[in-house]
Amino acid sequence: MNVLEVDNLSKEFPIKSGLLQRETGRVRAVQDVSFTIGRGETLALVGESGCGKTTVSRCILRALPPTRGSIRFSHAPGSSIDMAPLSRRALRPLRRHIQMIFQDPYASLNPRMMVGDIIAEPLLVNGVAAAQRQARVRELLDLVGLPAAARTRFPHAFSGGQRQRIGIARALALDPSLVVADEPVSALDVSVQAQIINLLLDLQDRLGLSMLFVAHDLGVVRHVSDRVAVMYVGRIVETAPTTALYSTPRHPYTEALLAAVPKADPALRDQVSAPRGEIADPANPPPGCAFHPRCPYAVERCRAELPQLQEIAPAHWSACHRTAELLLRGVA
Amino acid sequence: MPQTPMVEPVTSARHALSVRDLVVDFVQDTGAVRALDGVGLDLHAGRVLGVVGESGCGKSVTARAILRLIDRPGRIASGRVLLDPDTPAQQDLAALDPEGKAMRAVRGGRIGLIFQEPMTALSVHYTVGNQIIEAMRAHSDMSKAEARQRVVALLHEVGIPRPETRIDAYPFQLSGGLRQRVGIALALAADPQILIADEPTTALDVTTQAQILALLRRLQRTKGVALMLITHDMGVIAQMADDVAVMYLGRMVEFAPVTQLFAAPQHPYTRALLRSVPNLRAMPRERLATIGGAVPHPGARPVGCPFHPRCPEIIKGRCETQAPPEIPPGERGASCFHATVATMPSDAEATA
Amino acid sequence: MTAIVLTSDDRLAEATQLQLTWWRFRRHRLAVVSLVIVVLFYLGAVFADFLAVVDPHATDARRSFIPPQMISLFDNGAFLPHVGGLKGVRDPKTFKLVYTPDPARKLPVALFVRGYPYNLFGLIPTDRHLIGIVGGQGVDGIFLLGTDQLGRDLFSRLIVATRISLSIGLAGVVFSLMLGILLGGISGLYGGTLDTLIQRAIEVVRSIPTIPLWMGLAAALPNTWSVTQVYFAITLIISLVSWTELARVTRGRFLALREEDFVIAAELAGASQLRIILRHMLPSFASHIIAATSLALPVMIVSETSLSFLGLGLRPPAISWGILLQDAQNVQVLAGAPWLLSAAVPVILVILAFNFLGDGVRDAADPYG
Repeated sequence: MNVLEVDNLSKEFPIKSGLLQRETGRVRAVQDVSFTIGRGETLALVGESGCGKTTVSRCILRALPPTRGSIRFSHAPGSSIDMAPLSRRALRPLRRHIQMIFQDPYASLNPRMMVGDIIAEPLLVNGVAAAQRQARVRELLDLVGLPAAARTRFPHAFSGGQRQRIGIARALALDPSLVVADEPVSALDVSVQAQIINLLLDLQDRLGLSMLFVAHDLGVVRHVSDRVAVMYVGRIVETAPTTALYSTPRHPYTEALLAAVPKADPALRDQVSAPRGEIADPANPPPGCAFHPRCPYAVERCRAELPQLQEIAPAHWSACHRTAELLLRGVA
Repeated sequence: MPQTPMVEPVTSARHALSVRDLVVDFVQDTGAVRALDGVGLDLHAGRVLGVVGESGCGKSVTARAILRLIDRPGRIASGRVLLDPDTPAQQDLAALDPEGKAMRAVRGGRIGLIFQEPMTALSVHYTVGNQIIEAMRAHSDMSKAEARQRVVALLHEVGIPRPETRIDAYPFQLSGGLRQRVGIALALAADPQILIADEPTTALDVTTQAQILALLRRLQRTKGVALMLITHDMGVIAQMADDVAVMYLGRMVEFAPVTQLFAAPQHPYTRALLRSVPNLRAMPRERLATIGGAVPHPGARPVGCPFHPRCPEIIKGRCETQAPPEIPPGERGASCFHATVATMPSDAEATA
Repeated sequence: MTAIVLTSDDRLAEATQLQLTWWRFRRHRLAVVSLVIVVLFYLGAVFADFLAVVDPHATDARRSFIPPQMISLFDNGAFLPHVGGLKGVRDPKTFKLVYTPDPARKLPVALFVRGYPYNLFGLIPTDRHLIGIVGGQGVDGIFLLGTDQLGRDLFSRLIVATRISLSIGLAGVVFSLMLGILLGGISGLYGGTLDTLIQRAIEVVRSIPTIPLWMGLAAALPNTWSVTQVYFAITLIISLVSWTELARVTRGRFLALREEDFVIAAELAGASQLRIILRHMLPSFASHIIAATSLALPVMIVSETSLSFLGLGLRPPAISWGILLQDAQNVQVLAGAPWLLSAAVPVILVILAFNFLGDGVRDAADPYG
C-alpha cells in the first residue's frame, strides 16, 4: 500500500523580462516526475543543483502548486486523494498527515518560543487538549533523546544537532503518515550528523516512518534510504533499491555521481573521477537527453531523442537509450 | 633526540612555512575565548597538508592567522609563523605589522588564499579579468596589456572555456564551478609558492567538487606549490592530502601521512571521526558509530585533554587534569597519553 | 541512545528573547545614558509645572530681556541660597522704567515654595513648586535663563514646552505606527496588486516636498480652532508623511518572515493565518518596530519644532520649543539677548538621545542585522 503516488509531476516557472514583464521563457524545474513511496519506506531523492529535488518536495508539501501531474496521498489505507488540484482550504485537514524536517536548524525554530511550545504547536493548532499535549511533548522529547528540562528553554540554548532533534520532534508530533526531510543533516558537523542519522534510523524502526529524503550527500543516503531516485535537470534518470543503485548503476549520470564522491580511503584515489563539462542549466537544457554533452557513452540518438524510463531489472528503472548494453561501475 | 623516522621523509621537499605554538584569542567583554591553543604545522613545497576538523576546531582561524587576516577582537597572543624557515630570508609573519608593506607583499605574492565561497572573494562590481589583473599588478611591474595576456593564459590553465571572452565576464554571470576556478586563478595570480585553500569545495556540487579537486591537484603538482587544504570532509582528505593534521578545539590532536592516518589512526578522536563518516558501501539501515556529546564551546574549554569529556578511552585521573604532550613538530604522532606510550618506545628505553 | 545532558546555565537558557535583548542593550553605555535622558525628559514633562518657577504665561513688560540669573549659594560665608532682586531704572533716552538685576537686594531661594497655581497631573490643584523665592515683589523671580521680550521667564517656558513638544511626537508616532503596520503588513503579507497599489501610493506621498505640504495643510486650518484642535491637526499632518517609513520597514520584514522556515513549519502544522501573524511574525519584528519608533520620534519632534518656528504649526499662547524659537528669529534681538536661543538646547539633546537610544535598541534586538 503506497503512502504517496506521484505521477507526471511538472513544475514550470515563467521567466519574465522587459518593461512589461512579458513571459519570455519557462524554467522547467520539474518535468514528468513519477515515483511512489510505500508505507514504512524511505525514498531518497538525490541530485545536484538545478535537478529539481527541492521543488518536488515543495510541490508535495503544496507550498508550491504543481503545473501538471497528480500527487495521490493516502494517509489511511483505502483512502487516497489527489492533492494537486486542491485549494488551500481543502488542504488544511490533510496538513497534519505530512510534515517536514528542515535543513537549517538555526532557522527552523521560532527563537521567541520555548521549545515545549514549539513542539506542542502542531498539537495545539489541531485541537489537542492541554494535558494530552504535555504528555505528548514529554513523549516526543524522550523519543528524540532530549531531557524533559528542555521544555522550558529557548532554541538559542541548544546546539545545531539538538535543534535538529527538536525539529524532528515537532515533525513527529501529529504522527504524520509521511515525513519530508529536506537535507536534514547537511548543515551539521560530521560527528553530529552521525548522531542524527542514527536517530532517524531508530525512528524508522520504531515508528515505521514513511519518508521522502531529499539530499545531495550519497553517503548519508546510503545509510538512510530503502530506495533512491536520481534526478538531473528536472527529470528522474534512475530509480532503484539502494543497494542495487550503488553496486550496479544503470545510468551514466549515476555512475558519474558515484565516481565523483571522494571516498574516505586513500587507496581509492584513482577511482575518483569527474565528468567533463558543467551541470546543465534548467532554463536552457540540451536537446534530447540532458546529460548527453557530458556522457562518455553518448551516441547520436541521445541528442535527438529524450530517453524514457524503462524497467531494466526488478524495481530498477533507468532513462537511458543504452541502458541495456552498458556495463557501468558502482561502488560496492 | 634521535627518532627513527616511521614516516616517508618529508625533509627532502623545501620547507616553505613553519607555524610554531600559535595562540589566538578573541577578547570580548564576556572574557577571552581561546580559538587556537598552541598550534604547530609545516608546509613543504610540492606537498599537500590536509587540515581537518569540525566546528570550533580552529582550522579556518589558523589559515587567517597565517595571513594576518584576524581582526579585532581577535589577536595573535603568541607563537611564530615562519616563512622560508631556516634560510637567511626567514620572516616571522606573526611579528609583522598586518597592514604593513611586508605583510601585503606576502599576501598574494608568497601565499595565496582560496576561499570557500567564491562570491565573497570576488567583487560584484568588477569583471573577473579586472580583479585578477589587479592582483597580478599589485605584486609586479607588468603593464596592463601584459597582465591581461597572462590572465587569459591563467584562466585557460584553470580550465575555463573560452578565456578570451570570459575574462570580461562579471562573477554573477558564471556558474558556481566557474567562479571557484576564477577564485583559484585569483589566488595564483601573483605566482605564490604557498596556497591555502579554506574549504574550497564545500559549497559546490559533487561533480563540480571532483573537477575542482582534480584541478587543484594538477596545479599543485605542475607548479610545485605547498598546498594547505582545510576541510571537514574526510573523503576530500583521503583524495588530496599527503599529510594530515587533525584539529580539535584549537589544538592539533594528530598528525600523520595520509595512508597511515586512515589505516591506523592513533588519537581516539580521529578513530571516532573516521567511524562516523557515512560509508558508501554500508548495509541497508546500518548505524554509524557516534561520538557522544558535542564539541564544547571554545570559551568552555575542558581542563586537561580537550577531548576527555567525550573520549571512549579516557584514562581516569589523568586525562581530566593533565594536558597530553604536544606532537613534536614534523613528526608523526597523536596528542594523547595512549599514543605517547605506544610511539616512543625508544624514549622509554632511553630514560629507563 | 546516549542521553544528552543540557548545560546547567538555566538562567541563560531560559531567557526569553526580550531578556536577552535587554541584557545586550545594557552593555551599550551610550544607549543606556540616552535612555536615562529620555526618561528624565518625559518625567520633566509630567512634572512640568512643578519644576517651573514663574508662571510661563505671565507677561510683565517691566522685566523684559533680563539676562540669566545665577543662584548664589553663599552670603558672606553663610549657606543662604539667594538671587538678586530687580530694581527699576529710568532709561534717560526713552524715559521708560527698565528693570535690571540688583545685587544689593537679596532674595532667599527655597525648596517647595508657593508660586503660581496649577493642576498637578491636570487634576490636583496646588501651587507648590520645586524652587522659588521667598518674599520679594511681584516683578521679582528666579530667571535662570533670562526673560524674553514680554518679560516671560524662559526657563519655566522651556520646561512647560516639553509637555507639548514631546507628546506631539508620541501621538504622531502612535498614529503612524497604526497606519504603517496595517498598510505595510497587508502589502507584505498578501503581495500582488494590493502590494503594488500601496507601494506606489507610498512613493507618491514621499515625493511631495514636505514643507510646502505642511504649509498648505496648516494654512487650511481655520483660525477659529482652539489650541487643542490645532494641536491634533498638526499631529495628523506630520503623521501623514512619516507613516510611509514604518510601512516600508513592516513590509520588508513581513516579506522576509513569510519565507522563514519556522513560519513555513507553522503553516504546515495547520496554523491559521491569524495565528501565524500574531504568534510568529509580529513578535519577530517587534524589536524593529521599537527601533524604528525611537528613530521616528525625533523626526516628529523636529517637524513640530520646525513648523512652529516657521509660524505654521502651533500658535501662541501654546508653548512649545518651536514657538520659543520664534523669538530667536530676529538677529538684532538675538544680538542683545542671546539666551533666547537656549530653547534649541533641549531639542538637540532630546534628538540625540532618541537617536542613540534607537541605535542601541536596534543593535540589541538584532545584532547581526
